[in-house]
Amino acid sequence: MDTMEPILAAHPFFRGLDSRYLKLIVECASRETFSPGKFLCQDNEEARKFYVIHHGRVAVEIYRARRGAVTLQTIGEGEVLGWLWFDRPYHWHMDARALDLTRVISLEVQGLMDRCNRDHDFGYELMRRYAHHLAVQFRVTKAQLADFYGD
Amino acid sequence: MTASSLKVGVQLRLAAGDFQALLDALASRGYRVMGPTLEDGQMIYGEIGKVADLPVGWTAFQEGGSFRLEPRPDQAFFGFAVGQQSWKQFLWPPHQTLYQVQRQGAGFHVIPGAEAVPKFAFLGVRACELAAMAVQDQVFLQGPHVDPTYKARREQAFIVALNCGHQDPGVCFCASLGTGPRAAAGYDLALTEVLRGQEHFFVVEIGTMRGADLIRELPERIATPEEVDAAARVVAAVAGNMGRGLDTTDIKELFYANYEHPRWDEVAARCLNCGNCTMVCPTCFCHTLEDSLNLTGVAGERQRRLDSCFSVDFSYLHGGSIRTSPKSRYRQWLTHKLATWIDQFGCSGCVGCGRCITWCPVGIDLTEEVRAIRETAAGVRKE
Amino acid sequence: MTAKLPDPMLPTPFVVQKVKRETSDTYTLDLSRADGPTNFAFAPGQFNMLYAFGAGEVPISISGDPAVPKTLVHTVRDVGNVTRAICRLKRGEVLGVRGPFGVPWPVDRVAGEDVLIIAGGLGLAPLRPALYHLLQHRGEFGNIELIYGARTPKDLLYPKELERWRGRFDLRVHVTVDSAADDWRSNVGVVTKIIDRARFDPPSTVALICGPGVMMRFTVLELMSHGLTPEQIYVSMERNMKCGIGLCGHCQWGPYFVCKDGPVYRFDRIKDWFDRREV
Repeated sequence: MDTMEPILAAHPFFRGLDSRYLKLIVECASRETFSPGKFLCQDNEEARKFYVIHHGRVAVEIYRARRGAVTLQTIGEGEVLGWLWFDRPYHWHMDARALDLTRVISLEVQGLMDRCNRDHDFGYELMRRYAHHLAVQFRVTKAQLADFYGD
Repeated sequence: MTASSLKVGVQLRLAAGDFQALLDALASRGYRVMGPTLEDGQMIYGEIGKVADLPVGWTAFQEGGSFRLEPRPDQAFFGFAVGQQSWKQFLWPPHQTLYQVQRQGAGFHVIPGAEAVPKFAFLGVRACELAAMAVQDQVFLQGPHVDPTYKARREQAFIVALNCGHQDPGVCFCASLGTGPRAAAGYDLALTEVLRGQEHFFVVEIGTMRGADLIRELPERIATPEEVDAAARVVAAVAGNMGRGLDTTDIKELFYANYEHPRWDEVAARCLNCGNCTMVCPTCFCHTLEDSLNLTGVAGERQRRLDSCFSVDFSYLHGGSIRTSPKSRYRQWLTHKLATWIDQFGCSGCVGCGRCITWCPVGIDLTEEVRAIRETAAGVRKE
Repeated sequence: MTAKLPDPMLPTPFVVQKVKRETSDTYTLDLSRADGPTNFAFAPGQFNMLYAFGAGEVPISISGDPAVPKTLVHTVRDVGNVTRAICRLKRGEVLGVRGPFGVPWPVDRVAGEDVLIIAGGLGLAPLRPALYHLLQHRGEFGNIELIYGARTPKDLLYPKELERWRGRFDLRVHVTVDSAADDWRSNVGVVTKIIDRARFDPPSTVALICGPGVMMRFTVLELMSHGLTPEQIYVSMERNMKCGIGLCGHCQWGPYFVCKDGPVYRFDRIKDWFDRREV
């Protein structure tokens, strides 16, 4: 457990977070490793985890009958995965598959939510970072929609 | 007259009755004399062989969207302001074949066009038109690439300027731009036409030694101070009687800061995007290059043709045009003329001749547009 | 007295040596001069006016190696009559060339800097000569990062060369697409997002960007949020061009003639015009 705090503290998502809050997060955290091809999450599964990627690369995919999986985004070191863990129905709606050997710290969402509810200052801090993450996601998605490399 | 007395700056008196001698002198030196003439009820620039080819006794009333020829009560040779055409048609032909190209095996052979440069004498060039030539000199002669057609024609042209004496300059605004009505430079000879009672003469000022050489043959004499003064009064009266004015204070900054001014929408609602203003403008130089093949497909040519920024195609880039809205095209034209031109060539693209006002079919008046933008401008202090 | 055309208005015949299909509609042509001196000297980022017999002329940036001036290389996308005629040329056929024209990338003025090369779609073509130059003078620069985005893997230019570059230790290559099948091993996402992963020291970095307007706009914003100043950013612009020598007026963009004042601009000099519409 004690090696996770410095990893989280150095991760862009948590950078600058009060160490008091980091400790709350570490209480919900565990280390996971995914070998290439393994799924971090799959469509329709219950979303119980929020992944903090600190090594490797992950493809976010959507599976289409006859055409197979289409990659919509790749993410890696310094990024997070998991959009929907704080909103109903708490289900993943895409697949995420490790492209390379991928090391993450996975945060147990229920525990995180409980702590947010108990300490709203902590909750606000976390939601602020999450809102920023969503804003970036929307920005890049819009850019992709704009046919960036067309005319 | 002695040769030594004919120097640059000397003013002479040429009787109107002796004007033919000037035309003859130019013709005898091999010049094609071009000047204002009436043809099919229009005033154009054409060949002038004799005085009667000039619009003697005619005048023109100009307003936004209107040009009306009417007889004058006198026999003035140059009793009008400028017509539709400008001298740019002679210095920079609106159609020119740049080269021909012939298929040759798997490749082709380029045959550069070469023309015998016509030797023009321009008669009756107004101050605003001299200013326009100076502007086009910046474009075609002063950049990294010189236009050889323009250069050759320009160097050979003999210029007989005319200090403006038209007393009803409805659309003119050269005085507000400092480009007229008196010809300041860039001529071989400059005329001022004086009519008083039964007297009709020209005060001729020598602008170059070439001009002095030519005038030596003419039956003229040194003008008296009184005659010089009479000529100056003619021009001064025009300067005080301009139909329009253009305030150029910080005009570049005004345009750069008002790219999204609501006035652009208003003018675009009236503008037909016909491009007349670009065609009649004596400084507009934009052109296109067109390629064609003959029917057999073995020979072709490249044509250079005057173009207009009012066409949608002008800004076409694969997939579409940059300036799709009529508003953006009017804005491009006026912003170029009055603002970006200054960055590009160190001078304004407008000389105050008023042609774009007269020949606009809906009478759009750039001086009015500038005033409207200035009155409600963003970012620039109001005067 | 006769008036002669200046040389820059006359096309010089070049013979097609090789045609390579890059994507469904894009071809790379290797050309050599049909007669006269064999070398064609140019600076990275410059362009030529290419003339297809009888069809017309188009501005196309030079995409070959400035250190190999014997071969003139152009990558052309079939988007109209003239480009189609050029793309259909076969080995041994001839096209006309006028150039080189325009302001190049500042590759000889950025020694000691980290260099970000950010390309979108066909925008890699005018940047490739810059990259060749940087790699030939590798010791003079800090980190070099190539970030290249396209719609799909099939739309990438020069895939074999990208693979070769990826194998180098002195260059980091980030290729990204908007979407891909699951056999795609590289990134999916827009180039702006990849900037996060590039290694550069913002105060001593220069960025060279070429791609569609929207891509360059977002990329500039992203670079500025990473601490680059407008003086450190260069973009390559595109406009309708007819003469290539600043006389015909077609390529006007505000106060600029893109053919002679550009196509490469330092961003601080054009930032007031960059976002304006229909200029």
